[in-house]
Amino acid sequence: MGTSTFARPKVGSAMLMVGTMKGVFLLGADPARKRWQVSGPHFPGHVVYSLAYDGRAGRHRIWAASFHYAFGTNLYTSDNFGNTWSKPEAALVKFPEDTGAALKQIWQITPGPASQPNTIYCGVEPAALFVSRDAGTSWSLVRALWDHPHRPKWNPGNGGMCMHTVLPHPTDPKRMMTAVSAAGVYRTEDGGATWTANNKGLRADFQPEKYPEFGQCVHKVDRHPARPEQFYLQNHGGLYRSDDSGVSWKDIGKGVPSDFGFAMVAHPHDPDTAYIFPLEQEMRCGPDGKVRVYRTKNAGRSWEPLTKGLPQKGAYETVLRDGMAADSLRPAGIYFGTRSGKLYASANDGNSWQLIADGLPAITCVKAAVVGEPRTARPAARRVAVKRAPAKKAALRARPKK
Amino acid sequence: MTITFLIPSYLRTHTSGRSAVELSTSVTTVAETLTALWLEFPALRDRVLDEQGNVRQHVNIFVGDENIRDTGGLATPVRDDCEIMIVPNITGG
Repeated sequence: MGTSTFARPKVGSAMLMVGTMKGVFLLGADPARKRWQVSGPHFPGHVVYSLAYDGRAGRHRIWAASFHYAFGTNLYTSDNFGNTWSKPEAALVKFPEDTGAALKQIWQITPGPASQPNTIYCGVEPAALFVSRDAGTSWSLVRALWDHPHRPKWNPGNGGMCMHTVLPHPTDPKRMMTAVSAAGVYRTEDGGATWTANNKGLRADFQPEKYPEFGQCVHKVDRHPARPEQFYLQNHGGLYRSDDSGVSWKDIGKGVPSDFGFAMVAHPHDPDTAYIFPLEQEMRCGPDGKVRVYRTKNAGRSWEPLTKGLPQKGAYETVLRDGMAADSLRPAGIYFGTRSGKLYASANDGNSWQLIADGLPAITCVKAAVVGEPRTARPAARRVAVKRAPAKKAALRARPKK
Repeated sequence: MTITFLIPSYLRTHTSGRSAVELSTSVTTVAETLTALWLEFPALRDRVLDEQGNVRQHVNIFVGDENIRDTGGLATPVRDDCEIMIVPNITGG
């Protein structure tokens, strides 16, 4: 299905999976990440909102959710870096007949924790969670969330009634956070049997009640696996951090040119560091025609613009909620793709940037991986006090318990 | 009774490249005819219908010159020697 391919990447090399409005592009580079090979388009003409790499249990599997405007959505896999793709006869993700619902789009594909190498999740539209326990062969609807009494009152955002964030706990398979636009954050601590809305402190500017129990238009949430009780959240207006697994949220939006945006990415090694791409709310582009990633290195107490290598004049770019990603190499690679088809990369924690692809179709998602690496390899750390420690000490805390 | 399905190019990967599929059947409605088509080419089913059994929003099915949306949907009757065309909506951009 692809029009070009690249050589099989070596274990430890970097891989980018880029979803667009007209297909998938795959990029590979050695760990220095100076030169990238590109393959694609795979699924030419299809809309691809979600991609994932599953390196667990010795796999090298790429997942893609491909949407054809007429013939619907399906999941595809490649075990050879896009040289060939699976050809599923039937749709893999289907709503049961009694729900009366039909799948529109798959917004998120998330492999489960490393301890459950055959578990994989999909967040979909209409907003629901599906799970596979057999490495993607069969899928089932997570009923308790679908049957949640809040669900009939959820309202779609402009993008649709979508579950766009699925964050399994890195070590405890019973715990998971999800986020839905526009419903907010929902969390389980009992393996999906019950779900609670966890939106305390999140603002909903677009309705009379500004701090409702649910109904917030959360755009993206991310967490660092070494500090799994801490989350960063980009809201539809508002930046937030939770230090208590999402029970409550604190505003961390001071010092950014706009607290509106879509993307939110936690640094792969430092739990105090995160990245956003602020957008002017009306135009949905970087403010003042500048392309600026903002980074916090102190868990949101302050933010700094990252501009080296990025256009600072007349550049009206939009980065969508899954348009930014980080790899886990050292220093970390940070990546973002724009709706105008530009793909930028930093191989040094965001300090400087390089345009690595241009002229792509509108980019809907960017996912980064290190070939051969399980998605969640780092063990949980001890619970950390709210007061932040310097980065070196934070790294020490991430060591496994003996 | 013989029914001929005309298959759009996108779906021909699921009909071994065939642009026309002829079925000998005794069915009376489009729904029954499609069921017979799925038996021959099961991968077509989820591409033409959603999981609730509805024709996908941007898929049109014509019996002769008539779009079944105007003639009773999947209950539209079929007759001997008719052609059923499956075609995606035109789109732009």
